[in-house]
Amino acid sequence: MAAYKPVVVQACPKLGEKITQDTLYWRGYKEGEGGPATPVQIKEFGAVNKIDFSPVPPYNYAVTASSRIHIYGRYSQEPIKTFSRFREAAYCATYREDGRLLAAGSEDGSICLFDIGGKAPLRQFEGHTKPVHLVGFLSDKYRIFSGGDDYSSNLWDIPSATEIISYGEHTDYVRCGCASKVNADVFLTGSYDHTVKLFDARTKSSVMTIEHGHPVESVLLFPSGGLLVSAGGRYVKVWDVLKGGQLLVSLKNHHKTVTCLCLNSSGQRLLSGSLDRHVKIYSTTSYKVVHSFNYATSILSLALSPEDETLVVGMTNGVLNVKHRKPEEKNENFQKKRQPAYRTYVKGRTYMPKQEDFCVSKPVKRVLRKYDKLLRSFQSSKALDAVLEPPIMLHTPEVTVAVMQELHRRGTLRSALAGRDEKQVNLLLTFVARRVIEPRFTPVLVTVADMITDIYQPVVGQSAIVDKQFLKLQEAIGKEINYQEELLEVLGMMDTLFATFTKKTDKCLEENKSNGVTEIVGTNRNY
Amino acid sequence: MVSAGALRVVRCGGSALCGARAVYLLCASGDFVKVYSVSTEETLRLMGGHADLVTGIRLNPQNHMQLYSSSLDGTIKLWDFMDGIPIKTFTVGCRLLALYTLASAEDSVFAVIPKKGERDTFQLVSVKLTKGAGQDLEAKELSVILDGVGASMKHIAFGREDAYVVSVKDVNLQVYFFKRKLLNRFSLSTVKTKGGDNRFSCVVCHPTEDCIATGHADGKIRLWRNFHHRKEYTYSTLHWHHDIVMDLTFSIEGTRLLSGGVEAVLVQWHNESSCQKDFLPRLGSPIEYISMSSDGALCCTLHADNRITIINSNLRFSRSIQGLIKSRDVKTGLVVDPRTKALVLNGEPGHLQFYSLQTDQQLFSLDIVQRQYIHQAGLRQSDLVKVAFSAQGTWLATVEESEEVTDPELQLKLWFFSEETQSFKLNTRINTPHDNHITDMCFRDMGELGDDSLILVTTGRDCVFKVWVMVEDTDPEAQPSVSWTCDFVGSYHNYQATNCCFSEDGSLLAVSFEETVTVWDSLTWDLKCTFCHPPGNIRNICFGRLTCSKYLIGATDYGFLCCWNLLTCALEWSAYLNIVVLQPDPLSEHIAAVSWLSKESSLFVFKPNEPRPIYIQRNLCKEKILLAAFVPRDEPEVISSEKYLWLRKSQLFFLTDTQELMTLSTKSLEERLTPSSKQLAVEESLPVTPLSLLLGKHRHQQAQEDIELGKPVVHNKQEQASPAVKELLHTPAHVLPSASFLCTIFINSLLISKEKKGAEEVADEIEMESEKAEDDSDEEYVTAMEQEDTSHMELLGEMTCKLSKSQEKELRKIRKTDYSWISAF
Repeated sequence: MAAYKPVVVQACPKLGEKITQDTLYWRGYKEGEGGPATPVQIKEFGAVNKIDFSPVPPYNYAVTASSRIHIYGRYSQEPIKTFSRFREAAYCATYREDGRLLAAGSEDGSICLFDIGGKAPLRQFEGHTKPVHLVGFLSDKYRIFSGGDDYSSNLWDIPSATEIISYGEHTDYVRCGCASKVNADVFLTGSYDHTVKLFDARTKSSVMTIEHGHPVESVLLFPSGGLLVSAGGRYVKVWDVLKGGQLLVSLKNHHKTVTCLCLNSSGQRLLSGSLDRHVKIYSTTSYKVVHSFNYATSILSLALSPEDETLVVGMTNGVLNVKHRKPEEKNENFQKKRQPAYRTYVKGRTYMPKQEDFCVSKPVKRVLRKYDKLLRSFQSSKALDAVLEPPIMLHTPEVTVAVMQELHRRGTLRSALAGRDEKQVNLLLTFVARRVIEPRFTPVLVTVADMITDIYQPVVGQSAIVDKQFLKLQEAIGKEINYQEELLEVLGMMDTLFATFTKKTDKCLEENKSNGVTEIVGTNRNY
Repeated sequence: MVSAGALRVVRCGGSALCGARAVYLLCASGDFVKVYSVSTEETLRLMGGHADLVTGIRLNPQNHMQLYSSSLDGTIKLWDFMDGIPIKTFTVGCRLLALYTLASAEDSVFAVIPKKGERDTFQLVSVKLTKGAGQDLEAKELSVILDGVGASMKHIAFGREDAYVVSVKDVNLQVYFFKRKLLNRFSLSTVKTKGGDNRFSCVVCHPTEDCIATGHADGKIRLWRNFHHRKEYTYSTLHWHHDIVMDLTFSIEGTRLLSGGVEAVLVQWHNESSCQKDFLPRLGSPIEYISMSSDGALCCTLHADNRITIINSNLRFSRSIQGLIKSRDVKTGLVVDPRTKALVLNGEPGHLQFYSLQTDQQLFSLDIVQRQYIHQAGLRQSDLVKVAFSAQGTWLATVEESEEVTDPELQLKLWFFSEETQSFKLNTRINTPHDNHITDMCFRDMGELGDDSLILVTTGRDCVFKVWVMVEDTDPEAQPSVSWTCDFVGSYHNYQATNCCFSEDGSLLAVSFEETVTVWDSLTWDLKCTFCHPPGNIRNICFGRLTCSKYLIGATDYGFLCCWNLLTCALEWSAYLNIVVLQPDPLSEHIAAVSWLSKESSLFVFKPNEPRPIYIQRNLCKEKILLAAFVPRDEPEVISSEKYLWLRKSQLFFLTDTQELMTLSTKSLEERLTPSSKQLAVEESLPVTPLSLLLGKHRHQQAQEDIELGKPVVHNKQEQASPAVKELLHTPAHVLPSASFLCTIFINSLLISKEKKGAEEVADEIEMESEKAEDDSDEEYVTAMEQEDTSHMELLGEMTCKLSKSQEKELRKIRKTDYSWISAF
């Protein structure tokens, strides 16, 4: 004996973006969550070319724009501190690992080293003849590497403020670089000559050269030091350093130059910002885009705070966009509330009956929806009423349609539709007129519309509201027919296009001796 | 050699009472009476002996261990159903259509027979059962009681204390009082009220009161009272059924009335009032008979789809006995599940049944449509039409469509076998995969290459064939999940696609478009070549296998069987045959073709590389064979005859248009198990009691001791000869007669008989026994099926092996000899 089978509601796969764990996570980054609901949009004096977070709490960040370096606190709208001793544009203000020193290059070729507490530079490194766009600390904290538009990449000693070594291997501007976290002697630089070079401070020349294929705008080393990410042109490429610079994967998800790269704290996600106004987030296991953000203008720089709390994006028009991650405290509260209920629920369930116990099993009560209960007892009209209630009709039209289909299958749809008053007919017609054009509902709703017209034909003209709805339905159907005709025309055009593209396979089919029907038939692929 | 496998349950005669509980369920099934155990649902006994359909079975009111059965062959048999032994056979001489027994009439039974000289008129007669010594007796003393009665068993009922008999026919009810010899006739108005049809469909009498309940074709139940008077009779009406009331039964006390009909709902009416009623809904299929056990504890319903449901007295579903479920129309074809080797076909509406051929049981029923089934005439139900399994049985594709001709509501469903739940789980549902009916469907069978090569092809009447492939879900982090999507749509000249078939290596796809067979490359989906054999549309196509894989076989509806060579693209040979079924054996290169020519089906088995068939069986059966399937054997059978070598690896099953399942077997008549050994098999299926276990252990030890002592002869003999002891030990104590009664039988059976058999004979018996033990359940099944039908056996008697029993035994001995030493050379 079978139990009552509920009506099968056709679940339709949702079109468009699929909601994954990642979408939910990244949607948690909201603009201006910290303060009142105003979005944090900070206007800088010029294009923001670098954002760097302090590696120590409270995770202030340094923003380099025009000739100034601003330091912002986490929720501050105004800079906490400003370094404005540059005559010309400043570049690439970077924190040291302990968060106490800040180094920055400048347009005139000098590199300044600031103490976070002070105003004036502690040291000034002179040696580059052209603007310095790249400054960074090696992980031993006592050396600085830099790259300039004079094609050279230099290594400096902080205490003595002297140049240790200068590498002149690049043949174009050096614009980006990064130091290895595991080895204090290793750093790499990316240049507009399409290469990324890996240097070891102990040797006189580069130890590895990687051909990116486009002017390199940004490079990044994974925390392990084994993988290298380079961005340039429209491509983001991942290389295996330990295998001698083998290309692991090439990502082409932007349609303009990728300008900046960033990893999240766990190293599971890679973020890339581009001039096409998008920030794309990749999974570093599958290298597929899991989420993307849209911004108002082209992105030049981007940074994620050490605990993934804040995402800061700098743009060409000098706007700094700050997004804070929503704290997840609410969920904990929710769980705490539920706990006792769960305990009650579990009570006694884990009891194992002894051998001599006599078990009385209680049949599991099945919960049925209201329309299912009515359908089970063959109350067609009431079942239809139940699914014509606004919450169901508006939010889950597929349920309404599924019940209509079931009634049609049972042969009772006509009687369920009949005998309704003006208000209900109005409701029904509104629903049908609105949904009949949806392809998944069309077959059922056309039948329903047919029946309604049949049943209420005699009373047409008696109610203005119902008449209006009938006209609406007619209009909707007329529109849909026109639309379908247009689509067919387009399809015809596309077919001719495809037919010209299809390569004629001039394979000589062997003549069939006994039956000579040979013909190549044009086939089209259906995606 | 041909034997019918389908069980056709005809009549259910009620469950027998043993002691205080109903233990056995007796059921007339075809030419047999079956005895089921109520607690285990197993068939305990199969009592055969009637030469035609058994029409009625009744317990002997004097002895509840005995059973009367009547058959169309004109005999009434008295059985001891506990042992399955016929006690007496009474020959009446005319067709018996129903049988009734009365407690008051000791030496006579009542039967319905056709009236002499008149067609379609039947009369109720009382048959005097003569008391004679022999087994076969004549019972020619017939006295007519009622004339013009209905032919069905349900149209006559005997009243309280056997004082009167009621018969219904059309709109007339007649009551005959035995003592007063009075006949009262009542008739309902023939005017059809409200479109209803108030003809009688069944009648029962209240067990303790003067009350008659009648069921009607319009769904009403009428309760008649005061029918002693011709005028002042009264009746009340109970109405719930919307269609014909198929059967009615009163409970033992008469307080409850059970009714059933096509709605598949068992209705229980309390105290004959229409306001108090209980329902047991959704029993699966229309109820045809309802029967109450004589202690009132259980009730069983017999359904239209060959199933018996046992129901508790508190109207709770208890269990069901089901074999091969009879479906209205087997649209899916016979498919073999590669995993369980079960036969898969339409079962209950919207379900797929997995039927184990070995055990004659339904393994499980898979709900495909997943929709509430409503039994109502004129409703367009959606049903399964196509089924296909992938090579490993991990994927199942099903197509369901509603019965509407113009706009079939098509759904293609793909099911994945989940190892955890050991059942199929719905993976993908595709609405309207084709714009018109789907005509064929097949998977690309490449088991060894894994899931990547899995492709499904469907052909439709919308003139295209579609290729479906699996795609993995794009979400990188979530659990990897697959779904199916369309990859390619192919067409040919806007002809309807009718059949599709993959070659064995999966590289070629053959699709037939009306008159033409097209061959496609399965990698690039290029059309490779076409074949046709005008005139006539292609009905079936299949590729050759193994050594014959270069051939493509096609059958046209103009009566040609063609074989094309794929290498030369030429017709290899053709034969003029009206082929209806073309079935390749998956394990060999043989192809079975069944032809239908003027009222007889013939079987041809051939290899594609030679036009001469290797086996021809004309006159396979009188019915049209619709479907066939090769079922792989668990282990290759040893077949002596060259002619039947093609049956070595797999067995061929057919389904005829009368829904009978048949198979071909090489076993000769003599090899069937003898009744005595069958009885042993029956005993094995009885529940094991602690006592029997104890005894078995003891006996086993004893046997071993005997062997050690070298005197197995006598003991073995005795063990076999004492079914009474076994019976005694297996039967629960509460159903046994008193110990004093059994004592003498028991003691006698333990005595060693004096007569001595020749050592050889005994040895034979031992061998029989050992062989039986070796035989797996497969063999048992074959015999069980063969017993279903003897007529075919006679028909084909000339084809049987002419080996005598001793010769066979010789052969078997040779087979068993260990020849492994030969391999040393």
